[in-house]
Amino acid sequence: MQVDLRILRFDPERDAAPHWESYRVDAEPMDRVLNLLISVKADQDGTLTFRRSCAHGICGSDAMLINGRNRLACKIRVDQLGRKITVAPLTGLPVMKDLVVDMDGFLAKYRSVMPFLIADTPPPERERRQSPADRARYDDTTKCILCAACTTACPSFWAQPSYVGPAAIVNAHRFIFDTRDDAGDERLEILADKDGVWRCRTIFNCVDACPRGINITRAILEVSRAVVERTV
Amino acid sequence: MRIDHDALVVGAGGAGLWAALELARAGISTGVLTKLYPTRSHTGAAQGGVCAALGNQEEDHWEWHMFDTVKGGDYLVDQDAAEVLAHEAIETVIELEHMGLPFNRTPDGKIDQRRFGGHTRNFGEAPVKRACFAADRTGHMILQTLYQNCIKAGVHFYDEYHVVDLLFEGGEGGDGGRAAGVVAYRIADGELHTFGAKAVLLATGGNGRMFSITSNAHSLTGDGMALAYRHGIPLEDMEFYQFHPTGIYGIGILLSEAARGEGGTLLNSEGERFMARYAPKAMELAPRDMVSRAIYLEIRDGRGIGPKKDYVYLDVRHLGRAVIEEKLPDITEFARVYLGVEPLTEPVPIQPTAHYAMGGIPTDLRTRVVRDEMNTPVEGLFAAGEAACVSVHGANRLGTNSLVDLLVFGRRAGREMTAYCRAATLPAIAPAVEEPVRAELEALRTRPDGESPSALKDDLATLMMDNVGVFRTAPMMAAAVAGVAQIKERYTRVRVRDTGRVFNTDLLEARELGYLIDCAEAMATSAISRTESRGAHSRDDFPERDDVNFLAHTLAYRGEAGPSLRYKPVTITRFEPKPRVY
Ligand SMILES: Cc1cc2nc3c(=O)[nH]c(=O)nc-3n(C[C@H](O)[C@H](O)[C@H](O)COP(=O)(O)OP(=O)(O)OC[C@H]3O[C@@H](n4cnc5c(N)ncnc54)[C@H](O)[C@@H]3O)c2cc1C
Ligand code: SF4
Ligand code: FES
Repeated sequence: MQVDLRILRFDPERDAAPHWESYRVDAEPMDRVLNLLISVKADQDGTLTFRRSCAHGICGSDAMLINGRNRLACKIRVDQLGRKITVAPLTGLPVMKDLVVDMDGFLAKYRSVMPFLIADTPPPERERRQSPADRARYDDTTKCILCAACTTACPSFWAQPSYVGPAAIVNAHRFIFDTRDDAGDERLEILADKDGVWRCRTIFNCVDACPRGINITRAILEVSRAVVERTV
Repeated sequence: MRIDHDALVVGAGGAGLWAALELARAGISTGVLTKLYPTRSHTGAAQGGVCAALGNQEEDHWEWHMFDTVKGGDYLVDQDAAEVLAHEAIETVIELEHMGLPFNRTPDGKIDQRRFGGHTRNFGEAPVKRACFAADRTGHMILQTLYQNCIKAGVHFYDEYHVVDLLFEGGEGGDGGRAAGVVAYRIADGELHTFGAKAVLLATGGNGRMFSITSNAHSLTGDGMALAYRHGIPLEDMEFYQFHPTGIYGIGILLSEAARGEGGTLLNSEGERFMARYAPKAMELAPRDMVSRAIYLEIRDGRGIGPKKDYVYLDVRHLGRAVIEEKLPDITEFARVYLGVEPLTEPVPIQPTAHYAMGGIPTDLRTRVVRDEMNTPVEGLFAAGEAACVSVHGANRLGTNSLVDLLVFGRRAGREMTAYCRAATLPAIAPAVEEPVRAELEALRTRPDGESPSALKDDLATLMMDNVGVFRTAPMMAAAVAGVAQIKERYTRVRVRDTGRVFNTDLLEARELGYLIDCAEAMATSAISRTESRGAHSRDDFPERDDVNFLAHTLAYRGEAGPSLRYKPVTITRFEPKPRVY
């Protein structure tokens, strides 16, 4: 089948502003948008620029705005989108070129919640014990691949770019609810800030966007509750 | 720009990150250069698990793990390296747990373990539960945990810097020179930067993109291997390339061996568990080279499935919803998303997929790169992970042993480099050392006319898949040697269409194609010259293993008229070579 692919293009060395370009591409229903982008780059326009690596939804390189929703290009199929497909870069992060956005600010927010295990006691000879039930408490939030689809789908982030954003809260959750971690209070302190959890308006865009199926809103609610109670 | 550190780590997968962590903790000034954001590295795609003889589920010993590794590698494994691997696996896995890795747990809170192909108790008696895992995202959790700890330790990252050359002082790397740094291309703006350092680690991962059906990321283009090769350092055992039995049909995305570890079966068009014919004891959990070969033979003999009779089924239906959803969630999702198949109720079409380079940059046990059959080290240059060949995998890697390799030898690299940096001085770097590579890149970027690199890359991948795949014959390999030579010649005329400086992926993909061609050249020539069948290298004209002539590692050196080969003996300590039956 033939697909009409519209892509928001921007080359800082040539363009004053982003503009739409259209391409006709031969596609199979099971093809993913990434296949289409690769085929345009190979056969029609070698300057088309996007990030990609794993091509199966695990590295987080290719989140973009596809038919109005944030999706990984390597995970969304043509048969889920139809014959007209539009692709644009993620909203709210500076565009470097075409579909490539500057991730530095996003990653700085991730780093701001201290996304690493902090244990006060010296490690034992063997593993620290953790029951399967305790392990399950934070299982969902270990799945994050830092693709930025959630944060850049969030109206609160668009309105207030200093908002730490759902991805950072998800990663804070992963440690706050880990029984081996002793720095939950410090993270809660950070997230109690005006740019922390309170900016969440439970709009659920993040949940729709997350390619890993993480229940982000629930994670944010659990963190918010912990901020209020200051107990984890 | 010129930037100096004591140590440089090229690559931020599992191997590079652990090395960087050791260096940073020791207070050594370290820069990590990576063409991808660290968490995009392909270590994150590893699913099944990481083996260590913890004995949490049943009795286990590192000597058993060592034996399995040696036998799995068809006795081409250096046994002193396998001993280090199996022994240090235990403490590195425990250390990862201490760093925060969320392993699945047993009811009493220990790290959970499961079965994996080729891992046995008591020197081959029966499968053993040795693979530690975090659902089927073990690699993702290793990558995240190491990156998180690097942030904690303040490691300095140069994200999206593409290393395009290696620098040496006092001669080429293959010729007595000492590592002095690297040249890197900053992807954001196309600037070249010269990095000076006492010690350089190559941890750039594999080269699976030289094949058309592969589980490997687009970024796995053998950069570190090719750069070393270009500086006179040989590539070891390149003919040994692993084809994983269960790639998604037509695409190559991996369905982890964990599916078979949990009890999944393989079926041919007659609905028969055909592994009974090839490995009656181990069945679906035989090593990968055997299972891939069995699939190939079933298809060749007309028992494949589908319109082209070119795939077989992986069946997990009998495992039930609970096991499938709890222990194999990602795999299940891959089948749904990429094939539209529901594994709960349907068998999944699979075919062997190019997966893992057993060969690579030769190193000794201390991760020092070595340049000849006497193991003479290249001063200041180190390698670890899939880019390296130490050799713990020999002719065929066992499942989970790559992650163990990253952890054990990534950690060793960090410690070794720390000691080296404390004793060494900063080498001198001549001015304008980056000019040769600048000229190469500029020529590529501004060539007015020529062939498209993406078409050439497709030709290479098809050539290698068809001729240097699961099953090899002399005419096929001869076609590959000649075909790669032609592709190499055509490569001198490729034309990049993007002439810009900002985020020019067209240029970088063309550059990476050059690395793949170098790796393919070394692979095809090493393969045709090994006139025996061993592990993943299986040929119809020499179906038997030949320990008299080929119990030896191949070293392929670059030459103008194609690679020249030398051989180096295998280190044998505890286990005398025996026939390999499962
Ligand atoms: C789908 C899949 C599943 C797997 N499952 C398992 C498993 O269950 N168990 C197991 O043991 N093994 C598994 N493996 C194998 C294992 O994951 C890999 O061998 C291993 O992760 C390689 O790690 P690495 O650190 O060597 O390199 P990688 O993780 O591949 O990282 C390479 C790094 O090098 C950088 N780089 C490359 N070239 C350049 C350059 N020119 N300049 C700068 N940076 C560069 C990249 O940016 C990246 O950071 C699997 C592999 C695949 C493909
Ligand atoms: S929470 Fe989901 S959408 Fe957000 S960064 Fe992580 S994986 Fe991406
Ligand atoms: S390319 Fe890795 S997530 Fe899409």
